[in-house]
Order: sequence, then C-alpha cells, then structure tokens
Amino acid sequence: MREVTIVEAVRETLAYEMARDERVMVLGEDVGKTGGVFRATDGLYETFGRDRVFDAPLAESAIIGSAIGLAVSGMIPIAEIQFMGFTHNAMNQIAEHLARMRYRSWGSMPLPVTIRTPYGGGVRAPEMHSDAFEAFFTHCPGLKVVAPATPADTKGLLLSAIRDPDPVMVLEPLRGYRLIKGEMPDGEYTVPIGKAHVAREGADCTIIAWSAQVEVAKRAAEEADKQGVSVEVVDLRTLVPMDMETVCESVAKTGRVVVLQEANKTSGFAAEVIASIHEDDDCFYALKAPMVRVCGPDTPYPVQYFEEEYLVTPDKALRAVLKTVNA
Amino acid sequence: MKTMPNQIDFGGVLVDAPPPVQLLDTAGNLRADQPPMTDEQAMEGLRALLLGRRFDELCILLQRRGQMVTLAPGIGQEACTVGSAMALRRDRDWFIPQYREAAGQLYHGLPLVQAFLWHMGSPIGFAIPEGVKMMPFNAGVAGHVPHAVGIAWGLKQQKKDGVTIAHFGDGATSQGDFYEAANLAGVVKAPVILFCQNNEWAISTPRSLQSAAPTLAQKAAAFGIPGIQIDGNDLFAVYEVTRRAVERARAGEGPTLIEALTYRLGIHTTADDASRYEPSHLKEDWKDRDPILRLQRHLERRGTWNANIGEAMEAEVKAQLDAAWADAQASPIPNIGESFTKVFAEMTPRLREQQAQAEGHDA
Ligand SMILES: Cc1ncc(C[n+]2csc(CCOP(=O)(O)OP(=O)(O)O)c2C)c(N)n1
Repeated sequence: MREVTIVEAVRETLAYEMARDERVMVLGEDVGKTGGVFRATDGLYETFGRDRVFDAPLAESAIIGSAIGLAVSGMIPIAEIQFMGFTHNAMNQIAEHLARMRYRSWGSMPLPVTIRTPYGGGVRAPEMHSDAFEAFFTHCPGLKVVAPATPADTKGLLLSAIRDPDPVMVLEPLRGYRLIKGEMPDGEYTVPIGKAHVAREGADCTIIAWSAQVEVAKRAAEEADKQGVSVEVVDLRTLVPMDMETVCESVAKTGRVVVLQEANKTSGFAAEVIASIHEDDDCFYALKAPMVRVCGPDTPYPVQYFEEEYLVTPDKALRAVLKTVNA
Repeated sequence: MKTMPNQIDFGGVLVDAPPPVQLLDTAGNLRADQPPMTDEQAMEGLRALLLGRRFDELCILLQRRGQMVTLAPGIGQEACTVGSAMALRRDRDWFIPQYREAAGQLYHGLPLVQAFLWHMGSPIGFAIPEGVKMMPFNAGVAGHVPHAVGIAWGLKQQKKDGVTIAHFGDGATSQGDFYEAANLAGVVKAPVILFCQNNEWAISTPRSLQSAAPTLAQKAAAFGIPGIQIDGNDLFAVYEVTRRAVERARAGEGPTLIEALTYRLGIHTTADDASRYEPSHLKEDWKDRDPILRLQRHLERRGTWNANIGEAMEAEVKAQLDAAWADAQASPIPNIGESFTKVFAEMTPRLREQQAQAEGHDA
C-alpha cells in the first residue's frame, strides 16, 4: 500500500493494464506526449508508443466512434474525453451506438470500451469545463457508470471497467485529482462494478454520495458528530448498476436519507436514488422522515465568481442532515 | 486496362477514365479494352443485383400487406453495394452498412433468412453470424462511419489483413460524424473505403441543398485523402475502382472516398411519399440507366446473357427468395424476456427484476 493521488492512481492503473494486455490502448486529445492535460496518461507514450497512446484529432465523436470500431476489431480501447462538458460532442456515439450495440446486434457485438472523463467543478475552470451531469449517462441503457471517490477505488474500478465486456463510463473527480490522497494497493486490485461501500458508519442518518461528494459527506458527518448526530456515509461508487442492497441496509439502520449531488437538481441522479429507495418496500417502511436531496441549483454551471455558492458544501449537507433528524 | 484516354491519378492509383469513372455506358458498351472481371464473375454480379432487387420488391409488397416494418430499399442502387462487395474478401474485409444495402450485404454473407427477419422486426435479423464481417444496419445517418474507420485502424494496429468499407448516402456527408471519421481515417491511414451513394435525395432534400461543393468526392481533399467520382450504376466501374481502393488500403496507403452517382429508382422508405417532392420525369430519365439493364445489355453483346438465361435466373432467384421467406416465417421470434439478456453480458439486478415482470411472473 502506498499513498497516491487520484490522478496517480489513474496513470498507474493504465500502465499496469497496458503492460499486462497488449490489446489495451488509450486514445484522446493530448494524451500522448504531454500526458494529458491532467497528466493522467503521463509517461505512457514513452513506454507504450504512439500507436497505443494516441493523440487523437480534436473530435470527440470520432474518438468514441472509432473506439467502437477498434473494439470490434479486437482492441480494448480506453477513450479519454478531456472534460465531461465535451462528452456532449460525442453523445450520439455514446448513447446511440456504444451503449446499444450489444443489444442492437442481439448479443453478437459486445463492446469492451472504457471512457474516462474528469468531471465536476470547484477548480475555477472556464465555462463547460466543470459539468457533472452523470444523469445523461445513467439514462443510457447498456452503459455502466462508475464514479470513484478515492485512489483505491479509482484503481479498482478502472481496472474492472477496462476488463468489463461492456462499455463503462469512468467519471473521475476532477477537483480530487490531486487533492484526494489515499492508500492504493499495489499490483492486481479490482473493485467490482455494482458494489457500494459504507465509507463511514453511523446510526441516525445516511448520506448517499458519489465521487467528489463523498468528501463533502464525510466532512458533514464529522460536524454532525460534534452535534451529537451519528451519520453513515454510503459511497455508491457505481451508479449503474446501483447497489440497492448496501443502500437499503443502511436505510434500514438509520431510517433517514440525504442524497448529495453536485449537478443541478431537476432530473438528476439523486432523484433516481430517492425513487429507488421509495420503490423498495423494506427501505420505504424503514424511513422515519422524508428524504432530502442537496443539489446544485437549476442554473447552468456558474461563472467562477459564484462557484462556491453553487457547489454542495459540508455546511449545506449538514443542514440537510439536521433537518431530517429533527423532522 | 489502358485504353481510356484520360488516365487520372487518384492517390497514386491510376484509373483510366475521367470522372465520373464509367466502364460500361448505358447501352452496355465497354469503354475499356477489357472488362475488369470475367464473364462468369459478371454473371455472378448480375445474379446478386437481381437478388437484391427482387428481395427489396418482395419486402415492399410484404410491408404493404402488414407483414413487415418500415424499410429502406436499395432499388436502382444495387450496383454500388454489390460491385463494392465483389471487391472484398468475405473472410476478412468488413462491410459496414447504413440501412439501404441489403443487396451488398447478402453478397457479403448476410444470410437471406436474416435479411427477411430484419425487415420483420425480429431481433435475430440483427445478430451477426460468427465469421460474417459486418455490423448490423444503422438507422442513424453516418453514425457508423467512425466505426468503419475504427475497425480498419484496429486491423492495421494488430497487423491483421483486412480492410473495411462503409456505405452511406449523400445526406450523410453533411453529418459531423462523416467529417470527423474521414479526417481521422486520413490521419491514421486507416485501410478503409468511404463509399458514398449519391442517389440525389436525402428523403426529400435534393443533393443541391446538401452542399455547395460541386462534387462530394472533392471533400476528400480536406482530409488529405483521394476522392473519386464514379458511375454508381455501372457494376464494372464500382467494382474496379473499389478494388483499386482496396489494393491501396492493403498496401498501407490509407483511405479512399468514393462518390458513386446513382439514383433512387425506388422509394426512400415504405413510409415516404416521393410524389410530394420528386419531379416525376426524374425516375423516368434514370430508368434507362438501371444497373441491371446495363449489365444485361453488355452480357448480351458478349453472348453470355439472353432472355432465356434471364428467365432462368429470375426463376432461380424467386425460388431462393420463396424458400428463405418460408424459413423466416417459420423461424421462432424470441420472447421479450430474452431481450433483457442482451443489454449487458450479465443482467443487472434491475434488469432481472424487469425481465421477471415482462415475462409475467412479477418479482
Ligand atoms: C442522424 C440522423 N438524422 C436524421 C435521420 C432521419 N433520416 C433517415 S434517412 C434520412 C435521409 C438520409 O439521406 P442520405 O444520407 O442521402 O441517404 P439515403 O437515405 O438517400 O440513402 C434522414 C434525414 C436519421 N436517420 N439520422
């Protein structure tokens, strides 16, 4: 075990798998010589060469569309989209082709494609570089979506994603790339897709979070502790397929639910989490208070000046916890 | 082939004719010293054109009777798909269709029964059989062009022997995916042939509204790849130019854009009403340029084809279609429950639950 940042976890995992399996290749904008704008692919070009670490033309749809073809030909492509905001440019390929090909071809054309993209705001980036709209992807049948919050989970989930026989979208917490450090197991280490994880145990209220919001949840939990409220944090880790077993176990224990979501509120993934809890009899009857979601407001992601007010903070999360506990 | 006066060089490959390249004129006269294929191959090509034509006609009829779903026939354009497929090797070259290419797909190995099932709305029609180098038809215009480029690029990376061809229409060349894919193909020198069937129409939108570029082939210049315009109703020209593009690709010289001039002699789809926009004389004008007639005329001159042979061929094709249609009707259509198993390699808990509901044993 070593302490690494998230971006180091990404890089080491890519290098590990590329060394193990020569079918694995990386393509994306600026992933080669410069090692990616976040250096997530740093050093890979030197080790694996231009063909396997490919500086693609600036064309997201071609990156994803050609990754589909590469997979059909027998390669295992990992496509990087430089910022999540630019996945829109490839949405046709992701939603209409990548996600649907196994189904369209009645199982005859599986696509082991991984898409990695940094997501979320909080780093004072220009417009379109801070989006966090995971719900666009969780709404695509045929696509798995993971959103790790720690270096270990980043490695474990990325490795599972690359080896998965189906397309997986790996959403990486942009603002945690260097900020979040943690222990990461060396060598072979996978985290199963579809398994959530209790990041902190508690008794009075469950905060459900993923990606960068897990840190926010943990900090809110610490504050809540000081006020005598014991908070459990469930880190979903995988959004599709969601691990309802772990969620329901926690809800059964605490009876109270707060969901954190960085993206704007309307039609976001938090709504899916809440509806899923609502639909589950055991979960629903365990509830002692209405569920609450803490989300971004329904404006586009703001200019830098308003960024801090826009984001979900530990303080906002804490207020939501106290509201449910006192309901 | 050296008689044509104007040798034009497209990316190092000589085509002995001015664009649009034509080797057979409308009357079936050969415009070269020698045909690009043997009479036997030409007869095989003729049979494939006819099979595609009669398949489409039968499917339209069945659709009108309520036995098939909305479909897009390739009537009048068969030489594009068959001629280009004839330049491929079935066991290693990939044929990536849009939605109007049944004739070429059948030639490249799509089982006829499956083609019927596809138009019946059965999912089996979309399952690519083991060993067939093809992707399922794509209802989204141009979305498959980057897939074809990706396959070609991947084959090249793995040093596998093979090229890919993507078919698409004139409307598709206005799509971002066409530009992005063709551009990438040029950069990685993908062994791919981008085959545009310019049939003058994108539903009701005429070619002139699609682009101010005088030809679609010239778009290739922007990608740094060769582009060439050909007569798409001339099986020989399609075959020969595609064959040279394939050779080029195989030699590591990269992609070629082919614009084949053709015409939609049939309908856009069974859901379209062309009388709202298509001047009626156009179809009449093009009827004489029908690729099947042209090849028959040529082969008749060579003494290879006559009305009797034609009748026998029709009868054979009809028998083949009847048998496959009977098989398709007898072929069981899967239960919706099975479709839940085709989303991922393994069903998610939620899909399992939904499958149980769909099958009537509520979870
Ligand atoms: C991306 C996309 N936009 C719109 C449509 C609806 N549509 C289906 S066919 C078609 C026209 C396509 O024309 P063209 O590319 O010339 O091919 P053709 O149908 O003439 O063979 C349109 C607009 C579609 N299928 N895909």
